[in-house]
Order: sequence, then C-alpha cells, then structure tokens
Amino acid sequence: MRFRAASDQAVLVYLGEEIGLASHERVCKLLRLLQDEPIAWVRNLQPAYCSLLVSFDLSQVDHHEVETTLRRYEQRAEKMALPQTRTVEIPVCYGGEFGPDLDELAATHSLSASRVIELHISRLYRAYFLGFAPGFAYLGDLAPEIATPRLATPRKKVAAGSVGIAGTQTAVYPFATPGGWRLIGRTPLEMFRKDREPMGLISMGDEVRFRAITREEFAAWPPP
Amino acid sequence: MSSLVVENPGLLTTVQDLGRPGYGPLGVSPSGAADAVALRLGNLLVGNAQGAAALEMTLVGGRYRFSEGAVIALAGADFGAMLEGQPIELWIPHAVRPGGTLELGLTRAGARCYLCIAGGIQVERFLGSASTHLLSGLGGFAGRGLRKGDVLQFGAMERRIRRRRISAKVLEMLKPRKSLRVSEGPQADWFSEETTRAFFEGAFRVSEDSDRLGLRLVGASLMPESTREMISEGVSLGAVQVTPSGQPIILFVEQQTAGGYPKIANVIGADLHSIGQLRPRDEIRFERVSLDEARALWIAQQQLLNSGEELFA
Repeated sequence: MRFRAASDQAVLVYLGEEIGLASHERVCKLLRLLQDEPIAWVRNLQPAYCSLLVSFDLSQVDHHEVETTLRRYEQRAEKMALPQTRTVEIPVCYGGEFGPDLDELAATHSLSASRVIELHISRLYRAYFLGFAPGFAYLGDLAPEIATPRLATPRKKVAAGSVGIAGTQTAVYPFATPGGWRLIGRTPLEMFRKDREPMGLISMGDEVRFRAITREEFAAWPPP
Repeated sequence: MSSLVVENPGLLTTVQDLGRPGYGPLGVSPSGAADAVALRLGNLLVGNAQGAAALEMTLVGGRYRFSEGAVIALAGADFGAMLEGQPIELWIPHAVRPGGTLELGLTRAGARCYLCIAGGIQVERFLGSASTHLLSGLGGFAGRGLRKGDVLQFGAMERRIRRRRISAKVLEMLKPRKSLRVSEGPQADWFSEETTRAFFEGAFRVSEDSDRLGLRLVGASLMPESTREMISEGVSLGAVQVTPSGQPIILFVEQQTAGGYPKIANVIGADLHSIGQLRPRDEIRFERVSLDEARALWIAQQQLLNSGEELFA
C-alpha cells in the first residue's frame, strides 16, 4: 500500500503496481468497505486498475489523518467478502459501418477480420473500473494477438454503443462522445440509463462476454 | 412556480449547481459550476441556499424574459447586462417586473457569468444534482445547453430579499487569479528539474480548444523524463496532466474521471474557481505552494464564504 497526494484534497492509494486480478481485488475490497462504512469527510472515490483516488473535505481533515484512517480500513478490507461476480453478455454486430477500424486492425496483425472477432468473443473479461464517461467500463485483458494502440488522432464523435479496443483493453462507449479507441463493432444495448437500477449495464467487478450478432438481429433488437 | 423564456441562449448557457460528487465508481464526474464561488455569492444575494441551481453563461450572455417577474442577481464575469434597456450592476439583487427582459452581451473580463434567481432554477435532478453534464447529455435542462424558446421554471422566493451588495473587500479577496497556485502532482517526479523549472517559470496561453472538460495550454513543452508506461488511475479536479505532445491540460469540472497521462501538478482548491474565469488566449502562470499552505488558503476561503452578514457591504 502506497500513498501519494494527488491534490490538496485528494490522495491516490496504490494497492498494487500492475494491472492484474490480485491488485484489482484489493481495490474492490477497499472500495466496498468505504461504501459499506462511509467516512464523513470522504467526498468521492475513483477506483482504477490498482489504485483508488480518495477525495476528501479539506476543511475537516488533512492528508496525514486521511492516510492514517485509510490504512486502518485497508487492514480490515483484506477480510471483506466480495459479492459473487455477475456475468453480463453484450451482443455485438461486428465490422462494416459499425466497426470502421476492424479491417485495418486485422491487417495490422496479419489476421482475418473473422479471426479478430473470434478472438474478441473468446474471452471472459473483467470490468476493472468505470471512467471516462458514465457507464464506460474498462474491460480486460484482450487476447495479446489483437492488442492495438489507440488511434493517433481521436474521432470527434463515436456513436453510442460502439465497441472499441485500446492496448490490451476493450470497452463499449455508452454515449456519443469523442474517442480514440479502435472501433470494431456496435451493440444495440443501452449501456447507461438514468431510469434503470443500476444505471450502468456493467458494474465494476462484473465479468463480461461478447457475442456476435448479425446486421438483421441488430436492426430488430430486442429479439422477439 | 414562475418561468423564464430563453430568447437568445448566448454561446453556451447551462443549468449548474455545485455538482454531484460521490459517483466516481459509476464513472460520473461531479460537474457543477465552473466558478463555484460566484455561484455561491450570487445565490446568497437572492436569498437562496448557496448551492441552488442557476444559469451559467459562457463568454456571451444572451436574452431572457421573465413572464411573471423575478428577483435576480448576476455574479462572476461582467457581460454588460441590461435590464429592460438599463445597465445593471453585478453582485447586487434586482427586481424584474412581469414581462421584463434581461439582455447580456460579450464578456468584458472573465469567462462566466451566473444568473441567479430567487427560488432557484427547477429541473429534474440526476444523481442528486441539477447540474448539466454535457458530454453524456445528462442532468440540467434536457442534458444540454439552452436553446432559443426553452422555458425554465424557478421556485418561489424563500424570504424577503434585502437589497444589499457583496462588499468590495470580499470581492477583492475572492478575485479570480491568473497565477494559479498548485501542489505537486502524483507524477511530479517523472519530470526533470529543468522541465519543472520551465513549468513554474514560463507563461502558458489558454488555447481556444478549452471547455468544461479541460483547458489546453500552449507554452513550454513539458516532456516527462521517464518513459515508463503509466497505468490509468483516478484523476482529481484541477490536475495538470501532460499529453505525449508535451502540452499540459488542466482537467476541469466535466473531466473524465480516470486517465493515463502523468500529472505534474494540481491546482489547489482555493484557486479552482479561478479556472472557471479563464478565457481562450489568457496568459497564466503556476505558483508552487505546500499542502499545508493550500489547506490554510482553502479553510480561509470557506470561512469567508460562510461568514454570512460579513460578506455584505
């Protein structure tokens, strides 16, 4: 466990130094304990792969007291039980106008487009955390054969539901936003709805599986 | 319930309050007023709670008609406001007659002006806040900037409003700064001494490509010394992150909640409202302070904002 001041009113708690399930589990446990037994001066919590950003009310506490308290929480968090992982299935129509980067990505790796799709649907991904935009889940890890860096110049607008690849991660864009991930397909599902509970289709810690659907299935979604 | 009609929305006018902190695990950034100090003072002038929802206007004001009248106050930057054709001052409440029109022009200094209305703007809340989150189209009025013809509701006046102004001394103490005070960022040690010196000694220009998500800065190139790959982590409000091009970006109220660029510094809490008043082409500098100094400045600012009667002339 390592602390680093992020700002005058936020501290980064590092619970590991690499992307992996072990450090991620520690993040999930500490987050869960902080949600179960909230501290009055905590203003916000932002989990990531192996860290947790804790923003606090600077009028009430200083960094020293924040660290002391969080150390105590972390000791107890080790014994926390995490809920059973849910598996979320995301139907995706790959390629064509929905996945404008699929062919180029396949060519970069000397693979066929259908092999890229096969590799993308072959794995069960972990939702490491949500960030960027409401409901945007960072999913990993991709099969190394299709890991690809972000676009050099991000698109000004990516359609909602677009499925992208960046490095060893994959994700679904919940909203039409700018974005630099390489787009390989699109889901007809609404990833984030404010009138639903939970609002996001994917929550941190979920397991996510993709399934290929046809253009016709996409157009007629949801299936009868 | 009374209403106002948007006759001209200006450049970008949104409904904002003090935001929705606490939803980081959902990937939702707090959003809220870009100049929270101006919003809080404006609300106090019209007898509202400090965090009531108001209109945030950006660089160009627009025109608004109050069908049933209202009591209003303007706070933040001076957009040359006219009420029924007569110039009006900032930082003091004004009564608007039924059918009265408020017209604002171009900013004279600063980037944002707040129109606070007694009773507060009423919109459906998203995760406990009325503030607009433009990137996702959530919160505020239909999740977007206002358009011509929009009709917004506001609540009833909570109490009789005294016509008094915020004191000149208080305004001077809370005046937005062009020299932003910062604490060390979590990757400050990724930058060489020389780069760090360039950051603190140089001036940076706010680029046109700046908004509520972040302010892009143009100035000395700040390449990190370390070439290690950074693992994405949560980013705090006011973080100064450096992109691979070497140019810094100040992450702002609608920022993405996590990112993988090294952060050289972070604007302190007491200066966050100053970011909200920066305009494209403004020249800014950074000034280093310790965490203890930052805390003392923050506590003094909060005490001042909560000092009640002492705020008024």
